[in-house]
Amino acid sequence: MTAATVDGGSSSGPRGDERTPKAVAFFDRIDAYNNLLLPVLAIVSALVAGAVIIGLTDIDRLKEGDILGILGTIKDAYLALPAGALGSLNGISETIVSATPLILAGLCFAIAARSGLFNIGATGQMFAGGMASVWVGFSMNGPGIVQVPLALLAGIVAGGIWGGIVGFLKARTGAHEVITTIMTNYIAGLLTLWLLKTDAFQQPGKDNPISKTVRPEGRLPDLFFWSDNPALRAHWGFLVAIAGAMFTWWLFERSKIGFELRTFGSNADAARYAGMKPATLTTMAMFIAGAMAGLAGASQVIGTQGYATESFAGSIGFDAIAVALLGRNKPTGIVFAAFLFGILEAGGRRMQLETDIPLDVVLVLRALIVLFIAAPALTRLLWRLKREGGGSALQFRGWGA
Amino acid sequence: MSISESPAPDQTPIETTATTTATADASNAPGGMTFEERRHARNLGISYVVLAGVTALFLTRHEGTATFNLDGGRSFGLPAQGLGWFVAAALAVTAGIQLWRGYGKYTNVVLAMASILVFMSFLSWAAAGRSFSFIGMLASAVTFSTPLIFGACAGIMCERSGVVNIAIEGLLLSGAFTSALVGSIAASWPGLGDSSGFWVGVLAAMIASALLAWLLAWLAIRFKVDQVIVGFFINFFVLGLTSFLSSRVLTENPDYNDTPTLGAWKIPLLERIPILGQILFQQTVFVYSAMLLVVVFTWFLFRSKWGLRTRAVGEHPRAADTLGINVLRLRYRNVILAGAIAGFGGSWWTATIGRFNENITNGRGFIALAVVIVGRWHPVGAISAALLFGLFDSVADKLSLLNTGLPSEFIKMTPYLMTIVVVAGFVGRSRGPKAAGQPYESQ
Repeated sequence: MTAATVDGGSSSGPRGDERTPKAVAFFDRIDAYNNLLLPVLAIVSALVAGAVIIGLTDIDRLKEGDILGILGTIKDAYLALPAGALGSLNGISETIVSATPLILAGLCFAIAARSGLFNIGATGQMFAGGMASVWVGFSMNGPGIVQVPLALLAGIVAGGIWGGIVGFLKARTGAHEVITTIMTNYIAGLLTLWLLKTDAFQQPGKDNPISKTVRPEGRLPDLFFWSDNPALRAHWGFLVAIAGAMFTWWLFERSKIGFELRTFGSNADAARYAGMKPATLTTMAMFIAGAMAGLAGASQVIGTQGYATESFAGSIGFDAIAVALLGRNKPTGIVFAAFLFGILEAGGRRMQLETDIPLDVVLVLRALIVLFIAAPALTRLLWRLKREGGGSALQFRGWGA
Repeated sequence: MSISESPAPDQTPIETTATTTATADASNAPGGMTFEERRHARNLGISYVVLAGVTALFLTRHEGTATFNLDGGRSFGLPAQGLGWFVAAALAVTAGIQLWRGYGKYTNVVLAMASILVFMSFLSWAAAGRSFSFIGMLASAVTFSTPLIFGACAGIMCERSGVVNIAIEGLLLSGAFTSALVGSIAASWPGLGDSSGFWVGVLAAMIASALLAWLLAWLAIRFKVDQVIVGFFINFFVLGLTSFLSSRVLTENPDYNDTPTLGAWKIPLLERIPILGQILFQQTVFVYSAMLLVVVFTWFLFRSKWGLRTRAVGEHPRAADTLGINVLRLRYRNVILAGAIAGFGGSWWTATIGRFNENITNGRGFIALAVVIVGRWHPVGAISAALLFGLFDSVADKLSLLNTGLPSEFIKMTPYLMTIVVVAGFVGRSRGPKAAGQPYESQ
């Protein structure tokens, strides 16, 4: 059976290879039924490479030749990751807190990607959405049931418009979205920094750029509402993210516009000949994608933090690219991938406490996961897999396109 | 500037670039101008009108004389208000002529002069009643632009040969890290002084970034991984790895992160040229190398066999292959060379600051990407764009000292807005090498 690859890529079947060893055949047979093997191998490869990096930088032990000690550190570090992320309710809560914006921002990348657009502007769209949302949050005085949906709506609209601008520019002038989104990210960051220093936003009596605080009623309610423990920070933003994933599934699998977006994404010429309007579709795709990122920003400010800072988007917009790649641009895949990244982050803090290994190693692991996912040929080469396919869902079409 | 929105075109609605090009090519309007050119000319005219309005409205608000200090105790003064009105009037006239009949081949010259006028008027407005070091500002603009020039040249070299390089940031960062680490260690070797130790570090930086660039080329060419994704992977990876190493190795061994900063090296005779001497010829070796690089690179790219082949491979690899050029080998070589250039540029931070900090490049690599695009994939265009962007940096610096009430964020934003304006083809379009980003398979 030929396993169809997700979303384009090269979906050639198994290559005829008479000398296929048994193990390879076994792996390939597993892979034929699902697309899980590649992500799993990518994660394993990344963990192995990460272990090597941790080991090689343990200078003191290397000098003493204490190989067992190094292996012990690596073992402790990798055991601390799941223990810190899943070992307690607090850990699970932190994992959810990290995963929530990653799901939404990952959906943002995926929606654009499946429409044939390379949206790396999630950071800017998060800034736009978050700032709009926090403004509604701290300036309104109503009951939560009115205020919270309004703040989320503000995030959707602002993030959508910020993304839509890029789509509009692309549709109207052909300005490549990779360039315009990089630029709009910086513009949004600088606008946020400026806004946070204006009287309208800045918290009275503060010198640093930080917004006024959202009242408790205006914040997304706690996810673990039955617990009095204030350390459990997980909030309903997670449910919003799950709803976003469900919406994305509905959009692409059930709706007319999703069908048009997918068609446009896989073959723009075919879409044009079929009478679809590329300009509208491009703007629409970027609007919906931006809206997802806007929600991610909103969930950060009215959920996790309760106020906005110049860095509430952090590196989420970029991590989300990795999440979307790992999740193969599918809603379920993205939720799982975001959880994995959340585990790395929440567990990484525990690891840093217990083993003195800096949290930055998580960044390295994430980058390596992206590498092994994006280069399936490399992963297959490393693991001696013969079957082809499982390519990344997107191919860059050059600056002119 | 309100020029980022596209005005309603007076032609059939543009759906895609493909049709735009088709319309532009097919319909030659009278006067030898295509529709696209006429649209650009009109948009430029509108921009002049807007600029004139902004100047008249805002830049005439401050009274008093702004004093610009030059070298050797000389200075000149400009009346802020008077200059504002003058510039507004001049722009209005320029706009009129531009909209009426255009400037033909002098369009860019006029644009440059108008920009300089607005810039001077803006500075006078900001410094009205006070004085500031004009020469110092220009000199620091040159300094700020140096890493951008290296990054942009690396980017141009990759993209001209058909490989998209989003990883300039990562290549610069790895250069900064490696030169700091190796330079610090090498300086303590017996027989090597601070200075030679530093250059050992620079060499190591070039090698490290060249290796990363090789990785970029290998993944993009051998495995045909999407080049934007590879670029992002390298950026992530280098940021993560250098931060990790910096907190795990450098903080525990401060000796590994302590290089001497590189002083200015005044070029004899040239440094005595009034004004220009202080701006251009009292700088570090990095500034001179950047200028030299641009000259050499331009010559090679447009006058040598290598350059012709590189451009052929970037525009039409199939044709180049047919003529016997080894497309993939040339791409590998150029990308690796570009990595070495970026590594050299990365060590600028070590030379300037004398140590490595986490994420020290702080997005400069992405601005270098903007420089590539605004400079239209040409080294001379890139150095102009880099100097311009460097100028924005140093103006933003100076503005915060002058306390004008104008947020420095808006000055810093200008390069990014300009890039969008340029890629959107509002006043002239910037087109990249045709084959950039597409993997090539020889037959």
